[in-house]
Amino acid sequence: MGGKILLEKINIPGIETFDIYRKSGGYSAVEKALKTMTPAEVVEEVRKSGLRGRGGAGFPTGMKWGFIDRKSEKPHYLICNADESEPGTFKDRYLMEHLPHLLIEGMICSAFALEAKTAYIYIRGEFKYLIGILNKALSEAYANGFLGKNILGTSYCLDIYVHPGAGAYICGEETALIESLEGKRGNPRLKPPFPAFFGLYSCPTVVNNVETLAAVTSILNMGGDFYSKLGNGKSTGTKLISACGNINKPGVYEIEMGITVEDFIYSEKYCGGIKGGKNLKAVVPGGSSVPVLPAQLILKTASGQPRLMTYESLAEGGFETGTMLGSGGFIVYDEDQCMVRNTMSFARFYHHESCGQCSPCREGTGWQERLLYRIEHGLGRAKDIDLLADISKHIEGNTICPLGDAAAWPVSSAIRHFRNEFEFHIEHPEIVKNISHGNIDKYRK
Amino acid sequence: MSENHNKHEIYKREGKLYKFSDYTLKRVNEIIERYPEGKQKSALIPLLHIAQEEFGGSLNADIMDYVAGLLSIKPIEVYEVATFYSQFYLDNVGKYVIEICQTGPCLACGGDEMIDYLKTKLGIEAGETTADGIFTLKQVECLGACGYAPVMQVNTCFHENLTKERIDEIIDLYKNQAEKPQSNDEKWVEKFYLRK
Ligand SMILES: Cc1cc2nc3c(=O)[nH]c(=O)nc-3n(C[C@H](O)[C@H](O)[C@H](O)COP(=O)(O)O)c2cc1C
Ligand code: SF4
Ligand code: FES
Repeated sequence: MGGKILLEKINIPGIETFDIYRKSGGYSAVEKALKTMTPAEVVEEVRKSGLRGRGGAGFPTGMKWGFIDRKSEKPHYLICNADESEPGTFKDRYLMEHLPHLLIEGMICSAFALEAKTAYIYIRGEFKYLIGILNKALSEAYANGFLGKNILGTSYCLDIYVHPGAGAYICGEETALIESLEGKRGNPRLKPPFPAFFGLYSCPTVVNNVETLAAVTSILNMGGDFYSKLGNGKSTGTKLISACGNINKPGVYEIEMGITVEDFIYSEKYCGGIKGGKNLKAVVPGGSSVPVLPAQLILKTASGQPRLMTYESLAEGGFETGTMLGSGGFIVYDEDQCMVRNTMSFARFYHHESCGQCSPCREGTGWQERLLYRIEHGLGRAKDIDLLADISKHIEGNTICPLGDAAAWPVSSAIRHFRNEFEFHIEHPEIVKNISHGNIDKYRK
Repeated sequence: MSENHNKHEIYKREGKLYKFSDYTLKRVNEIIERYPEGKQKSALIPLLHIAQEEFGGSLNADIMDYVAGLLSIKPIEVYEVATFYSQFYLDNVGKYVIEICQTGPCLACGGDEMIDYLKTKLGIEAGETTADGIFTLKQVECLGACGYAPVMQVNTCFHENLTKERIDEIIDLYKNQAEKPQSNDEKWVEKFYLRK
């Protein structure tokens, strides 16, 4: 199992240039779409493929495109979400750095499907070095007639521009991204109305992740039906997984969905096992927002089945014993990592990144951070654990955007699965105070 | 989101007149043209990046007012944005801003040891600038490079898989560099913001 699709050509020297990309078969999807298909047919092909958004939520892309308001007289916009800021996630950066033309090709096909004449790539400000790479690739595409007026002699015209953010995780949320692109603070909007009707400049807009748009290229090349047969059940196709933490081979891997988690962590083809031959303690498989699972539950579901790298299998058991595929930011922790410290760092992250519009998120994330800081530094009180769980319960579901949930889940899941570590911190302040950086397990033995 | 919210320093003025060179102004107009007519405010974040870079590494009220004028928007619209995004600095910073990652995946790979080492080496805490004005240190959240942890960024350049030895080398490199690295070859505005 496991042919590469997105990364198939990544090892061809010079693949980041137009000429080499084109010589190795690039831009054939654009030719196919613009010359032989209608926009509706492109949407249909993507719908058939079963492709689900790779930005984290996993919403079916074809269905999302189907919502776009075609009756509107206003211009349509396509926005590529390259804000990539979810801790553990670094796949989009990899894709843009090495295969910028794959993204551009996918964007041309997608913009054509949506009848958009302008598209923006919203890229996080910290990735300034990528802006040069993308702009170079875009100029090459213009020079070769794949962007600009009357692409390939058809009546279709498209401009793509790169737009930098400036350091705000919340701008990855699609409505905050739109606000930011309009030159405002990144405050998420209440939905509905959805961007498909009321997006950028109040016009119909689709926001898609870098990897999603790149996958459209492959789908048009191989056909939606063929793509839908790759992978496993409703998790069709391949997924980029960015693996990090205490493993031998951190990096970005393209997997066909359906391989086992165990294979992904231990085989030489992927993570190559835990660093230093240590034992696996826990995994956060989809970026910091998704629940953490202890080793026994990430490798096998509660019913004893091997856990697979699919949307469904990772979610099996709900939040009691399951988690989510999310963005594919796969963070591995060895036996020496302290879960309280890790949770504190995530709580600090969400507090820092809350836009501050909703009180449960603005106040709750700060409260979580302060409590966790106290526990981590040996100043926790016995009642703090339940208080923490209670706070996260009250943030969840009570906010404008999903950042609130994203801030609650790491905390509630860490307490659910690693409660004894929190208790240990509270019961043994004299030990914890002296080892604020590391493992507490060895002291417990 | 940045912690600049309630800082009064955003009103810090030097009473100085700021103006882009003709070269930069031409580029600025090309950026504005990427957005539909009447939506020139969209160019605000790119322009603030350019202004911050060209006018000494941070923003003050005079600079923000100048940018507001270029885009025909109210100064408050610029202040609102400048205080929201963590890459805009309202306090003076050194020639190089070191942003070191403090989020989970980096910590799991020894990130906090690197943070401590940098602090000791530079003799400053996070948020401070060295006495010679060369380095400002900031602790930031995930830089999107977790597989190469621990990670830090110096201005626009990523430095990955940090060790104490690597940090020594990097600091030496910047200390001995007369010019900012990105102005060495092409004009940086050209490279980062233009499709040419
Ligand atoms: C707080 C928050 C941060 C997000 N960050 C990103 C991000 O960095 N990149 C991304 O593609 N999607 C991100 N998303 C998801 C987007 O809102 C949106 O669902 C996605 O861009 C849609 O594209 P897709 O359907 O192709 O996945 C984020 C969502 C939330 C709530
Ligand atoms: S949930 Fe948090 S980040 Fe989202 S809108 Fe509310 S305050 Fe802002
Ligand atoms: S956690 Fe440090 S770069 Fe992501």
